Amino acid sequence: MSSTDAEGYIAQEPDYLGAGHTVRSWLLTTDHKRIGILYLVTLLFFFLIGGAAATFIRLELATPPGDLVTADTYNRLFTLHGVIMVWFFLVPAVPSTLGNFLLPLAIGARDMAFPKLNLLSWYINLVGGLLALAALLLGGVDTGWTFYTPYSSLYSNSYVTLAALGVFIAGFSTIATGLNFIVTVHTQRCEGLTWMRLPLFVWALYATSMVIVLATPALAVALAMVVMERVFALGLFDPAQGGDPILFQHIFWFYSHPAVYIMILPGFGVVTEVLTCFSRRKVFGYEAMVFAILGIALFGFFVWGHHMFVSGQSAYASLIFSLLSFLIAIPSAIKVFNWSATLYGGHITFEASMLYALGFIGLFTLGGLTGLFLASVPIDVHMHDTYFVTAHFHYIMVGGMVSAFFAGLHFWWPKITGRMYSELWARLAALLMFLGFNFTFFPQFILGYMGMPRRYHSYPDEFEMWNVLSSAGAVILAVAYLMPFVYLGLSVYRGRRAGDNPWQARGLEWQTASPPPRENFGPLPVVTREPYDYHRSDEEPSAREGDLDFPNRSDTETR
Amino acid sequence: MNWSITPAQASTQAVAFDQLFWTMVGFSLCVVTLVGLLIFVFSLRFRARTGVPRKTVATLESRRVEIFWTAATAFFAIFFFWYTSTVSLDAVEAPPDAMEYHVEAKQWMWKTRHPSGVREINAMHVPTGRPVTVFLNSQDVIHSFYVPAFRIKKDVVPGRTSTVWFEATEPGTYPLFCTEYCGTNHAVMTGEVTVMEPAAYARWLETRAEGETLAAEGARLFTSAGCSGCHAEASDVHAPPLTGLFGRDIPLEDGRTVTADAAYIRDAILLPERDVAAGYAPIMPNFTGILEDGEVEALVAYIRTLALEGEGR
Ligand SMILES: [Cu+2]
Ligand SMILES: [Cu+2]
Repeated sequence: MSSTDAEGYIAQEPDYLGAGHTVRSWLLTTDHKRIGILYLVTLLFFFLIGGAAATFIRLELATPPGDLVTADTYNRLFTLHGVIMVWFFLVPAVPSTLGNFLLPLAIGARDMAFPKLNLLSWYINLVGGLLALAALLLGGVDTGWTFYTPYSSLYSNSYVTLAALGVFIAGFSTIATGLNFIVTVHTQRCEGLTWMRLPLFVWALYATSMVIVLATPALAVALAMVVMERVFALGLFDPAQGGDPILFQHIFWFYSHPAVYIMILPGFGVVTEVLTCFSRRKVFGYEAMVFAILGIALFGFFVWGHHMFVSGQSAYASLIFSLLSFLIAIPSAIKVFNWSATLYGGHITFEASMLYALGFIGLFTLGGLTGLFLASVPIDVHMHDTYFVTAHFHYIMVGGMVSAFFAGLHFWWPKITGRMYSELWARLAALLMFLGFNFTFFPQFILGYMGMPRRYHSYPDEFEMWNVLSSAGAVILAVAYLMPFVYLGLSVYRGRRAGDNPWQARGLEWQTASPPPRENFGPLPVVTREPYDYHRSDEEPSAREGDLDFPNRSDTETR
Repeated sequence: MNWSITPAQASTQAVAFDQLFWTMVGFSLCVVTLVGLLIFVFSLRFRARTGVPRKTVATLESRRVEIFWTAATAFFAIFFFWYTSTVSLDAVEAPPDAMEYHVEAKQWMWKTRHPSGVREINAMHVPTGRPVTVFLNSQDVIHSFYVPAFRIKKDVVPGRTSTVWFEATEPGTYPLFCTEYCGTNHAVMTGEVTVMEPAAYARWLETRAEGETLAAEGARLFTSAGCSGCHAEASDVHAPPLTGLFGRDIPLEDGRTVTADAAYIRDAILLPERDVAAGYAPIMPNFTGILEDGEVEALVAYIRTLALEGEGR
């Protein structure tokens, strides 16, 4: 049954990659690992499309006049960028790829609770994505990703209905995934894996799934209302018929603020796994971290009004939303400080995924602090809908979430493919991404303070300097994003064997082969200790033994 | 190229804003430095190759540390909420003696009307030292009225009259931007606000042909559109009197009570069958499609002045 390859590596049963080589075996698979890979492929495809749109936006904004594309094209470009990046990249990024691949492995299960539903959700996501893409190819959508009424319902002559339907359908895919995760965590945990022994990555996915299941229907309602308004002229948002355009904003942000946490919470989980592994430390304050995640997920539902301070909502309502938005900073700050404290007394090494994770903390801190500016009413009055807001949410979404996504991708790449990538190139890309990101988006804070509105195709000359800097930074960022495609791609063919546990990490997913067999584990693991047991509570942490790529199977004792 | 990063500071709100803004920048710099230092120092000191002792780890992992930074964060969160909300509450109500400007937004231009009736397009002249309330209406989609030099912004929402106020302090010409995405030419839906000394402003006004104020236009419409047939004091039709109506609480036929604000009066003209005042028959005709854009606003402005007259102003 076992065979030994040239490097003396003992292969177990055929791994999940070797379990079938036909296209059919991929498209009809119910293996959560293969579905994770399917998601990864579509996700990277959408990431490239959204990134290309961003490139054109920054090119246009390199000079003050609108001289590269027409105003209508520009409006379609930023809408495309927003719609694709939010719903077809950021929302599914970590849950659907890394989450799908790792959740059953991390809880010692053989698959998701509903493997077929899992496959179905990929197809639903694909249909939604293709509809949105069709809207783009037919001529585009020009409403912005926020679809504000009455512009989207009565005035826009673009393919709003098609794009809204695409997002509507994709919503069901995330709901199905969320439901699957919740049930899986409840029912599929292996023996001994109590709730308070769950890795924070699992906690984060669990909380994210809760938010997904509760919030996404609001998005579906908002979009369905826009579509019905366009098709049947219902008048829900039309003041001439007694409707209220602001109603849309309430429903939309009731989804879209929690959606921020749908995007960032999984990142919290990833970063915790990476930080503990490369500092060889138990996570600082495990329980506080769990409650911070749950607190953020809950409070996230009550702050949507901070998007509407200048919409004409009551000044007192604005103050309540402002207070709640300030309070949500507390659990976020707990996380940042606990991550920093996790480093204390560790034996820290700086692999690429660690660099991404450290970068995440810095960028998330800056994004969070600028969130406080926007949570305070008088400052938001000036900053609302300027580049300050653009910069703020890119720090959270791109600086935070995309960094976390890459941290996780690099961390688990050996597990997913069984191969090591070039550590040197990976570290280079991580540093370049951090620099390029700040270079691109920090100037936008300044532009926002100076008063440059967002979604402007052309702009007055006084904003030129900072826009040029931002566009220059975007070039660096684009290169940094393309680098992993090359070295990760190459590693699949030429990379060294990773071994089961190249980082000597303590998660259950590292106790099986890399890549894992179809059934994930031989005998299912039995958990007897708390997570992150890089050292006993009463012991000092010790340095990792052996080299980074030490393929030592006996190192992972079965618990 | 221009390296200056501070926008002009030309209103009373701008001063309060900048104070708040730079305080928060200072606070943020402290937090960023703190987190940066923690990460940098720990990374350096505890990198794998150093031989510093790690024994003290267990003592650090205490509830006390966590309680300390939770409390510290909570303190700062509440402090900044208190600090910013006092500033915003101060600015909610415009002073009662404010000049009234009417601004109408449509794809893709701003039409302004002075208290004296003078009209401008994509421009607005205001004097220093006097509070100005701007009444905002939209003819189509949502726009947003934004003057960075004043640090003020308000969405202009169709179907309702929003207001925003400021008091200009520094003479000069400042950009006006539309900040709510409104379609093709959103980026060029801009204008200029010119702030002048009161004397210069008075001279400028004289050079302009005297226009009709919005309320005066409303008074004319009140007769020509037939409102006065029922609502005039002398009419024998049983219709609600309008003098002193604006701003009062009105009991409705179905038992609810509404405040007669701009939105209510607008709805009463365009959707009269919806909120019928208690004690009156639903006989008011629907004016949707009869009154043009802007005419409803003129009528609302006129009915507002009727209330002000009632108070003896
Ligand atoms: Cu929000
Ligand atoms: Cu606009």
